[in-house]
Amino acid sequence: MSNPYIILPVIFQLFTAILLMFFWTKKNSQKLISIICSLITLGISIWLITIVLLQGIHVTQAGGWEAPFGITFVADPLSTLMILLTSISGLAVSIFSTGSVRNARIKFGYFPIFHFLLMGLNGAFLAGDIFNLYVWFEIIIISSFVLITLGGEKAQLEGSIKYVTMNLLASVVFLTAIAILYGLTGSLNMADLSIRVANIENRGLVNVTAILFFVGFGIKSAVFPLHFWLPASYHTPPPAISAIFGGLLTKVGVYALLRVFTLIFIPDDFMTDVITWVAIMTILTGCLGALVQNNIRKIFSYLIVGHIGYMIAGLGMYTEAALVGTIFYLIHDIIVKTNLFMVTGVIFKLKGTYSMRNLGGFYKTYPKLSLLMAVPIFSLVGIPPLSGFWAKVFWIESGFITENYLLVFVLVFGSFLTLVTMAKLWAEVVWKDGDALPMKINVKYFWELKPIKRVAMIVPIVLLSMVSLYIGFGAEHIISISRLIGSQLIDTTPYIEAVLGPLNAEVI
Amino acid sequence: MKTIIFKTASSYLLPLLLLFAIFILLRGHYLPGGGFVGGLIAAIAFVLHSFANGIERTRGIIKFHPGFLMPIGLSIALCSGLAPLLVGSPFMTGLWYHNPIPVIGMIGTALIFDIGVFLVVIGVVLTIIFTISETI
Repeated sequence: MSNPYIILPVIFQLFTAILLMFFWTKKNSQKLISIICSLITLGISIWLITIVLLQGIHVTQAGGWEAPFGITFVADPLSTLMILLTSISGLAVSIFSTGSVRNARIKFGYFPIFHFLLMGLNGAFLAGDIFNLYVWFEIIIISSFVLITLGGEKAQLEGSIKYVTMNLLASVVFLTAIAILYGLTGSLNMADLSIRVANIENRGLVNVTAILFFVGFGIKSAVFPLHFWLPASYHTPPPAISAIFGGLLTKVGVYALLRVFTLIFIPDDFMTDVITWVAIMTILTGCLGALVQNNIRKIFSYLIVGHIGYMIAGLGMYTEAALVGTIFYLIHDIIVKTNLFMVTGVIFKLKGTYSMRNLGGFYKTYPKLSLLMAVPIFSLVGIPPLSGFWAKVFWIESGFITENYLLVFVLVFGSFLTLVTMAKLWAEVVWKDGDALPMKINVKYFWELKPIKRVAMIVPIVLLSMVSLYIGFGAEHIISISRLIGSQLIDTTPYIEAVLGPLNAEVI
Repeated sequence: MKTIIFKTASSYLLPLLLLFAIFILLRGHYLPGGGFVGGLIAAIAFVLHSFANGIERTRGIIKFHPGFLMPIGLSIALCSGLAPLLVGSPFMTGLWYHNPIPVIGMIGTALIFDIGVFLVVIGVVLTIIFTISETI
């Protein structure tokens, strides 16, 4: 169905960023505008997912040029779901930023760049053209370069060099892969590619291109052995920026992998083997890496890597149930990871350190906050009925169906390692008796902040914890959406027909 | 570089280069040119003026901070993209006024988009140049 208004989430974020640039020097107006516009974006994305779920896939051809020649934007259940999750995390981080980001950073354009980043994310989810997807990825990484270096602390710059280098490399690989794909098929529209790639006789070349795409998106979503940049850089920027990076930036890589490997390249046995082995190694390195860290932000960075492995594993099994699990886990992971990085921000404001060994005594001094922290931490582990649990049921079930026992073992082992890490974190930070830490001069502590800023740091954590609890306890709704998306990932005919019009039999 | 010849020449070159920038801007779309190149030329006009007369004099001509041109240009470009939505066409569809206007030529949303780009480029380049010359 053609609907020119599906592009609104992108346009509205651009509008917000421009509006914020007009208020460059007025930091209080910027905070207010950012929160209000994030709320409106949330409304727009709820409207979008509602019409897509009720009326089917919506399409618009930018500039009025027909597919496959023009740039297509497609709003299908998967992309609108990702936009909804982006808007929820975006709203939470926007509120959190008003409390936690320093004035010096706001003065240099923190909020406009933040909304440009969200615009890039929304654009990447809506793009129905593989080159357009690349362009949105560029917008995302350029905004993230600014955000990760903003402030210019020494550790931040060191982390950002690794981040920038690896992401530029990923862009080069991605662009090369697009060039080869265009040489093979003569098209860039993803729906059109889906038909054309299936008809190519030289399967070897197709597999090489698929591997190139896998490497490009793999670097961005930090899979083994290309994950080293992530734990080396995500703990350096301020917590608000870490939160949006940890929650969304690697997941956009997973989204791209899901899109490309279900629509364009249907994995054969060779590809599923490659993806499965990469997934196994990613889970093991991520979760084992988290086990030995002391900095709590580094622990969560390593766990991001490990849990990306879970989602890739769902793609590696390539059954409908496994993909349903991946979608469910994606929903859960975006919310929980954003929340956890914000929690580390609050911990730092209270104690002035990220070191697990020095922290302690949280339950004695802040019992309510500890209970609040328990929600994301135990959701991450996946203690039933919290949100991380349900996806694993699907994966383990399809692992047994596809007789992939090693993967099932690694999935369980990875969950066990996550449990151990989180139990250790809980014991060290919350239950252990804490010593009084020496006060640092350059840290602005929680009790020194204005009451409104304190509220602004706690409210988003409560908000995302509620969403997490809903994902866990209202799993029925989330599973029914995940099932719908999973079935559309396996049977892509509705997507192709929405873009190119009804197919006649000879083309297929 | 504060020679009398350069100083005198620069005050004549500033309007000439600005005029040339607008010519390049209008020439775009079908012929080589357009908002980006036009914006660069306009920015160079001011850079040349600042070389000859010092950065403070150039700031005096512009009156406001050039960074302010960025959001203005971006909003003009965004409006040109949004205009087709009012008549029910997809985002960024080119709408054209049918009769060409003397001197300017065809008027359409593409021209408005280019004007937006023109302003953004001037804003970005002058902000960078002014900031760098401040710190030296």
